[in-house]
Amino acid sequence: MLPLLNLRLAKPKILVDLNGISSLAGIREAPECISIGAMTRQSTIERSLLVREGCPILAEAMRHIGHVAIRHRGTLGGSLVHADPAAELPAVALALDAKFEVARKGIDRVIPAEQFFTDYLTTALEPDEILRQIDFPVLSPSSGYALEEIARRHGDFAIAGVVAVVDLDDAGKIAEARIALFGVAPTPVRSRKAERALIGQEPDDNALRDAAVLVQDVLDPPADIRASSGYRKHAAAILTARALRRAVQLCRTRRIP
Amino acid sequence: MTAKCAIEITVNEKRYDGLVEPRMSLADFLRDQLGLTGTHLGCEQGVCGSCTVLFNGETVRSCLLLAVQANGETILTIEGLAARGKAGELLHPLQQGFLETVGFQCGFCTPGVLMTAYELLNENASPSEDEIRERLSGNLCRCTGYQNIVAGVLWAAEHLRAQSDR
Repeated sequence: MLPLLNLRLAKPKILVDLNGISSLAGIREAPECISIGAMTRQSTIERSLLVREGCPILAEAMRHIGHVAIRHRGTLGGSLVHADPAAELPAVALALDAKFEVARKGIDRVIPAEQFFTDYLTTALEPDEILRQIDFPVLSPSSGYALEEIARRHGDFAIAGVVAVVDLDDAGKIAEARIALFGVAPTPVRSRKAERALIGQEPDDNALRDAAVLVQDVLDPPADIRASSGYRKHAAAILTARALRRAVQLCRTRRIP
Repeated sequence: MTAKCAIEITVNEKRYDGLVEPRMSLADFLRDQLGLTGTHLGCEQGVCGSCTVLFNGETVRSCLLLAVQANGETILTIEGLAARGKAGELLHPLQQGFLETVGFQCGFCTPGVLMTAYELLNENASPSEDEIRERLSGNLCRCTGYQNIVAGVLWAAEHLRAQSDR
């Protein structure tokens, strides 16, 4: 928000600081999910034991956001409603099917992550609504997860990136797969096609690579000073394969009792 | 014109009262109203790290906070760093370290670098070179190439450890 004001890109007549509403911040354990207040600092989430145990991919994603001084002030809700397509947190929310609790005077509603991000820097929030909290499902203790991205410098917005979460069955085949990409379309995007292709597969390098290529079908990458559209599309498949490999590996280690 | 707001901020262990427009940044307040010009403004959009100060003990970009948001809070700027060193010493070990290793050239980024390094050494008395580099990745220096900055932080870490052993 403040960079937008400093650059005079936004000139609001009235600015309301939500920092004074303490009930908007905090991390709570709820049945099968972790509820996080919209005003919870990124650095608080990064350090939270509850998050590191129950939803470790979220804690891992924090380390990619800006720098420590940014994460001390940056909030989960701020990052989600800003909806930068190259940001990590919207993709994590989308991959995990997080639920967005939003409120306006007298009326509350829940928006699933899939419907929350509607366009470039645009969400399903109405002008008189605020995001109150986000519910992240608790991952199974055996889930494997990974976030891979390309950025010019650590902490920069990603040129392209992907979040992958994988579960294996007792035979070592893929039981569940979640793939969400960022930096490669006007919003973060799920690749259901690649996810479906993975189910029941033996997770060897070939299978993962073949599925990863399928993510390109849903992409409409922008071209800008940092990368061409084609480069982003190519990178998305490579990064997806890399993230899937790492997630599968982690899943195997976590399944060993 | 918007009505001004009365604020009360503790900066470097001293209490200040101010009357500010709500739109004034914390950095502008420190520099223009308190005359604490050691906090430097580079990009004014949170990228360069020059304006980094400690807000209730945590590093923040003072260009990305409004002065009114710091009402009732505690700030540490570069001017207060020396007093956090050893009693009787003129400089904090971090400042001395940058002198010893020539950790600055033009000096513009130095206050922000030192505040970032101060937080790091509070959390981790023996950071590795990689940890120092990652932590300082949010502070841009156009002169040094970072080698001597990292050396300065390592120098300070060593001297701080030696002090606390004694």
